[in-house]
Amino acid sequence: MPIEILMPALSPTMTEGNLAAWNVSEGDNVSSGDVICEIETDKATMEVEAVDEGVIGKILVPAGTEAVAVNAAIAVLLEEGEDASALDGFTPSAGGGAAKAPAAPATATSAPATAMTPAPAPAPVSGAPVSGAPVSGARVFASPLARRIAADKGLDLAVVSGSGPHGRIVKRDVENAQPGARKAVGPSVATALAAPITLDDPVFANMPDFEVVPNSNIRKIIAKRLTESARDVPHFNLTVDVEIDKLLQVRKDINEREGVSYKISVNDFIVKAVAAALVAVPDCNVAYTDNAILRFNKVDVAIAVAIEGGLITPIVKDAANKGLVALSNEVKELAGRARDGKLMPEEFQGGTFTVSNLGMFGVKGFNSIINPPQGGILSVGAGEPRAVVKNGELAIATVVTLTLAVDHRCIDGATGAAFIKELKSLIEAPITMMI
Amino acid sequence: MADTNFDLIVVGGGPGGYVAAIRAAQLKMKVALVEANHLGGICLNWGCIPTKALLRSSEIYHNMQHAKNYGLTVEGLGFDLDAIVKRSRKVSRQLNGGVGHLLKKNKVTVFDGYGKLNGAGKLHVEKDGKGIADLTSKHIILATGARARELPGMEPDGKLIWYYKDALVPDLVPERLLVIGSGAIGIEFASFFHTLGSKTTVVEMVDRIVPAEDAEISDFLLKSLTKDGMEILTSAGVKALKKGKGTVTATLEVGGKTEERVFDRVIVAAGIVGNVENLGLEGTKVKVDRTHIVTNEWLETGEPGVYAIGDVAGAPWLAHKASHEGVLCVEKIAGTKGLHPINPDRIPGCTYCRPQIASVGLTEAQAKDRGLKVKVGRFPFQGNGKAIALGEAEGLIKVLFDDKTGELIGAHMIGAEVTELIQGYGIAMELETTEAELMHTVFAHPTLSEMMHESVLDAFGRAVHF
Repeated sequence: MPIEILMPALSPTMTEGNLAAWNVSEGDNVSSGDVICEIETDKATMEVEAVDEGVIGKILVPAGTEAVAVNAAIAVLLEEGEDASALDGFTPSAGGGAAKAPAAPATATSAPATAMTPAPAPAPVSGAPVSGAPVSGARVFASPLARRIAADKGLDLAVVSGSGPHGRIVKRDVENAQPGARKAVGPSVATALAAPITLDDPVFANMPDFEVVPNSNIRKIIAKRLTESARDVPHFNLTVDVEIDKLLQVRKDINEREGVSYKISVNDFIVKAVAAALVAVPDCNVAYTDNAILRFNKVDVAIAVAIEGGLITPIVKDAANKGLVALSNEVKELAGRARDGKLMPEEFQGGTFTVSNLGMFGVKGFNSIINPPQGGILSVGAGEPRAVVKNGELAIATVVTLTLAVDHRCIDGATGAAFIKELKSLIEAPITMMI
Repeated sequence: MADTNFDLIVVGGGPGGYVAAIRAAQLKMKVALVEANHLGGICLNWGCIPTKALLRSSEIYHNMQHAKNYGLTVEGLGFDLDAIVKRSRKVSRQLNGGVGHLLKKNKVTVFDGYGKLNGAGKLHVEKDGKGIADLTSKHIILATGARARELPGMEPDGKLIWYYKDALVPDLVPERLLVIGSGAIGIEFASFFHTLGSKTTVVEMVDRIVPAEDAEISDFLLKSLTKDGMEILTSAGVKALKKGKGTVTATLEVGGKTEERVFDRVIVAAGIVGNVENLGLEGTKVKVDRTHIVTNEWLETGEPGVYAIGDVAGAPWLAHKASHEGVLCVEKIAGTKGLHPINPDRIPGCTYCRPQIASVGLTEAQAKDRGLKVKVGRFPFQGNGKAIALGEAEGLIKVLFDDKTGELIGAHMIGAEVTELIQGYGIAMELETTEAELMHTVFAHPTLSEMMHESVLDAFGRAVHF
């Protein structure tokens, strides 16, 4: 039975997209991981990979077709042993011109819908690919011509400043822009800022020979978003030392239970504690916007994961309401797919708070840069035996240094302190996390 | 003593000057406008508007001549040239009064006289050789327009040799008419008089008529006018005019051969020159190049505080270009944010011969000169239901897209009412639509504008009705 390849939803809100290009032709063999086509939304172009093996039997939606509804069949894959005759009498369930299908990606019950995942390589261009929803006004105002020129050049419109009416991006704005260019800022700020360093900067002539590693999309996005955050978000830090001996004992008890397959990490406990602390102090589970502070009614914890060439922050949704085992398994699974570059955009865009852990490298403590529009990020250092004073006497305890960075626009010192106090008490009395 | 210090002085009350003055007033400037003749300028008094009034008369006359085609009977068909001209003058008068009213409403002080720069920030106003005011302002816009280029030995005499002003108030419909120049002005007058019965000959120096238009449009018009009985001589010149008693003998040079021909009247429409004289430009840093004031993209001249807009600042000599420059110039002076220079590739042009011509953007030849690869779409009026129903099945719409980006870079139309259609493409260009948006747009049926859709479709091999 031929398998339909369906138009994927690249984001939860996507209802249609343009089929920019086919990278395979009818009759081509494809195997799992092969890029078969490129899908373009108004903000991003993504490659789509095949997961199933087979032969492309028929391309139903030609390259260049615009506004293809999500879940419309775009091609038919012949399975092993099938030939083109298998297509006779085969009717796609939702033809190319089908009415708009629901935006939600099909579930696993429909094999074809899961037959591919977007490859992260040419990465999601818009908003907040590292994580987090776009800070404000997701819609980019650009003329159709500007959009097309930008798409042809691989230029991210989100980093282009518009000079048309009301800041609309027009042809002249994209004509000379280079992919990876940074957004021009207002003239007063621009003059105050150092010019961006480019390859032709004479300073490099006086430096050792170097290898040029082109900026990947993910690198550009990290550079852009974290520069904006460091520049625009007023950060302040709160640091506490937390004793984790009790936590280590509980962890041991849980992990060493007979016949269990899970292995809960210290970080899992910390993520769980962060979620619980944010529930207790909801004023820290917030995002600042120019119009209002948004206080989220669920805690979605983003976890910084180092990947080849950058980092990405998969999200544990509603972490406060997940048990330790479920949470631990989810973190492992997300981190694994993150390293393989198989995350869907909605799995790493969003999140209300981030946890970053460099303890495994022996780092004692560090400060992180907030990932906007989130209100805070927790940096977790290494757990190590340290000398502590207990009841007026020196003692040894396993201690972790936690450093909280928050956005002062929406979280004040006392609020941040209330959160980190709650966090400390949860970690030091892990049983309370289970309440 | 009246106030003589202003935030802005505009010299010239044509479509550039009066629009600039009103825009400045809207921006709360105290504005003076100096105009010696007619508010509304040539456009309104001796150009665009009165010629449209004349051409409307000739168009209706033409339709009545062809009444039979529509199942109508007309008996005793004729015209009264005096009444046609009177109507045209009345239309101008009405609009001229309207401009005066608008300026008054916007509290623009109007000085009736000629303005002359008189040192930095100063303007001397004269009427009948006598100084009537000395005005001061940090900003002075020169919007003095242009006039017909006079050919040596062919100066206007108001009797046998006409320039546009004479041709607008003709005393008769010449039996044999020679029109020198086939630009918009020449071809419109040729069309008017030819329709009213003149045996008309048009002489054009270059190898095609309406040379500013796309070559295909020139060809189309040539065929149409020739079929209509007009004589068109291209790559031709008039060596001399010899005035006789009630006639003019013209020495024509066509294809290397000269011949003498007798005409009753001659209309000279051989380009225009800027009105740069007596403006006090001497001793200023204002540069003049071939009778036009040189400006930068913001309409600033070499002299600080002196600006030039409209015809006096160079081609294209179009009223709407002048108005737009006036607005831009004033907003720039006012420090308005987000301004951009006018993109000359997005200024439409209309010619009201029969069939009408309208265009915006690049011609196919210009696009090729710029090294652009283009996709060309065409759609003939014959394929359009409304055109056939109107009895106007002669015409063509041609569009050019940049092959690489899908940008609409040019549109060229000839046929009935195309002057009212062109703005659709003008808006599309300004909004930077590609062929995709134009294809997605639903065009009303039955309209001539459907051809604009079909022409776009044709550029991509998808025209439905042809």
